[in-house]
Amino acid sequence: MISGADIMVKCLQAEGIDVVFGYPGATICPFYDSLYDSDIKHILVRQEQNAAHAASGYARAKMKPGVCIATSGPGATNLITGIATAYMDSIPIIAITGQVRSDLLGSDSFQEADITGACEPFTKHSYLVKKTEDLPRVFKEAFHIASTGRPGPVLIDIPMDIQTNEIESFEYPDSVNIRSYKPNTKGHTVQVKRAVEMIKKAKRPIIVSGGGVLSSGAKLKLRKFAEMTQIPVLSTMMGIGVMPSDHPLYLGMLGTHGRQCANEALHSTDLAIVCGARLGDRAIAAPNQMEKRAKIIHIDIDPAEIGKNVKVDIPIVGDMNNVLKSFIEEIDGFKINDEWDEKVKDLKAHFQSKISTFDGYVEPRTLIGKLSSMLKAKAILCADVGQNQIWCANNFRIREGRFFTTGGMGTMGYSIPAAIGAKLGLKKRDVVVVCGDGSFQMSLNELSTIKQNHLNIKIIVMRNYRLGMVRELQDNNYNGRHAATILNEEPDIVALSKAYGIDSVEVSSNEDAEKYISRIVDNDEPFVLVCRVHPDTPSIL
Amino acid sequence: MKYTLSILVENQAGVLSKISGMFSRRGFNIDSLAVGVTYDPTVSRITVVTRGDEYVVEQIEKQLNKCIPVIKVKRLVEGEFISRELILIKVHCAAAKRFEIIKIAELTGAKVVDVANTTITLEYCETAEKIQTLTDLLKPYGIREIVRTGTIAIDKGKAEVTI
Ligand SMILES: Cc1ncc(C[n+]2csc(CCOP(=O)(O)OP(=O)(O)O)c2C)c(N)n1
Ligand SMILES: [Mg+2]
Repeated sequence: MISGADIMVKCLQAEGIDVVFGYPGATICPFYDSLYDSDIKHILVRQEQNAAHAASGYARAKMKPGVCIATSGPGATNLITGIATAYMDSIPIIAITGQVRSDLLGSDSFQEADITGACEPFTKHSYLVKKTEDLPRVFKEAFHIASTGRPGPVLIDIPMDIQTNEIESFEYPDSVNIRSYKPNTKGHTVQVKRAVEMIKKAKRPIIVSGGGVLSSGAKLKLRKFAEMTQIPVLSTMMGIGVMPSDHPLYLGMLGTHGRQCANEALHSTDLAIVCGARLGDRAIAAPNQMEKRAKIIHIDIDPAEIGKNVKVDIPIVGDMNNVLKSFIEEIDGFKINDEWDEKVKDLKAHFQSKISTFDGYVEPRTLIGKLSSMLKAKAILCADVGQNQIWCANNFRIREGRFFTTGGMGTMGYSIPAAIGAKLGLKKRDVVVVCGDGSFQMSLNELSTIKQNHLNIKIIVMRNYRLGMVRELQDNNYNGRHAATILNEEPDIVALSKAYGIDSVEVSSNEDAEKYISRIVDNDEPFVLVCRVHPDTPSIL
Repeated sequence: MKYTLSILVENQAGVLSKISGMFSRRGFNIDSLAVGVTYDPTVSRITVVTRGDEYVVEQIEKQLNKCIPVIKVKRLVEGEFISRELILIKVHCAAAKRFEIIKIAELTGAKVVDVANTTITLEYCETAEKIQTLTDLLKPYGIREIVRTGTIAIDKGKAEVTI
């Protein structure tokens, strides 16, 4: 005989899960008790939301679903922001929640919350398990659904009696058959042919790449296609990292907080080849103008994204790998004309940003640029939300590494837990966090997790004593009335970090900041570097 | 424009709220919704009548297809399907008017299912348009109560909505 809880552990093992992130409570105790004897490492976060973010960081690093766990009621509801973030960012996570006993369900019993109901808008799919026998199938399906098609979170809510009940034996299914879920990965041959013809006829084509290129693992194919054709590449925030930042064909991030040369190039194009991007309002502020100016080929694994925000001339539903492979095979030596090539080079040269500095403060954009070259080529940068995120997005020079941030949901507090997940996924990588003083305070409790698990994560806090991005919005749109964006009387972050047992210093010049960075990059200890940043430092330019 | 969608879904708990939640969350309109199990007991069929333009109905179809328990979505083509609603309508009816109302029922094909001292109740299974005609005809007598189902619809001829 085997208990539901033991089955849950075996399912995770069968999926190759070596680390999970969670926070226990009564209704998930049977599972925790089984987990205790297993070789799966459990990371105790300090708030459930961070378990979901950590699972997201892990998933992005490992390119497979991350797992987070919470108890019923408040534990489960604390997960919601993390689940919603993974949903908006299309990151595969499996959220496992304990639930009150089946016979108490629906009676408002202690710590009962309808979590599958509450998460309905934010999950790709969810299960409320009714029978212990169903567990293997449910886990198998959950991992399958989370990681195929457009990735996303799947929630498994498991009443306590389902965990304690015993059944005859455990057998993990080796295949999944969900008749209503068969994502189309191939890419319609005729559409691909039409697209290639359109590209060959284009005078000023451009590639807009998003997170889909990264999550499908197609970034090298995209680079190859761009290099073959010399078509310049832009990325959305979620797409940062598809090309090395210094690649001659890469123009940077587009959108409201993007690079001017990227936006200018998008203005001039006559054909946008949109790859794995949903073209949300932060990326394309005026979709109907874009539709008028240029033809659009949109490639995405999620048919519902195609034609939703921008009208499309050629839709292609499929996996980026397959579609780009066909593009590469059929493009026949096409290269962009010299005129467009020149124009793109001009744009790139013309819009080099001049950065003004404030004496006695760290200039964050310069520092982030510098940081890139001080880290190993494969470093992972986790950027939070706010001005700090924009500074990173536009100035971190990615080589072979990754850039993790929440471009879809924009959830403050994401970076530290995401870094924890990333570090546990890829232990050898440099993992660095850049966050603001506001966002730091949303997840500083995780310093405790970092300390307890001896995680070598370096945290750079851009301290401007402001909710900087909102403050900037107020300067621009609300007559500079700084309602609730001033963080004066902030705690001493250095002392706070030290209280958690993590070394920390505060610096007020780039020179000092760089000195400390070079001192800390190669040691194994976590570190918090607090950079004093002038409150008037703008997000862009 | 009015659109009628036939949606085949897994016959499981929670599917209806998933679908109706998607409609309300994304601001799609539901004129009527009817659900019932199909010949295959593992499959339910939802018929939704909605309004919007081509863009909206396309978004609805795509978002429906994205719901995991949705097996198939078909937009029925105007003029190429049969649709029905069932209505029970209780009308104020003094003895003197009884004959008139029974005459209306006969003319329209409605069935008298209950007669009492001051009321008469008709059952009518027809298209939304014909139901409108009947209610208009009965209005002057004083409609007490109306209960109606959502529209159900099926393709004419060989065409079908199957897995
Ligand atoms: C959870 C959450 N709450 C509120 C916001 C709105 N918001 C966006 S940026 C920002 C300010 C962030 O301040 P800080 O972390 O100090 O970063 P800075 O902009 O100063 O670099 C706020 C409040 C958000 N994105 N997420
Ligand atoms: Mg700040």
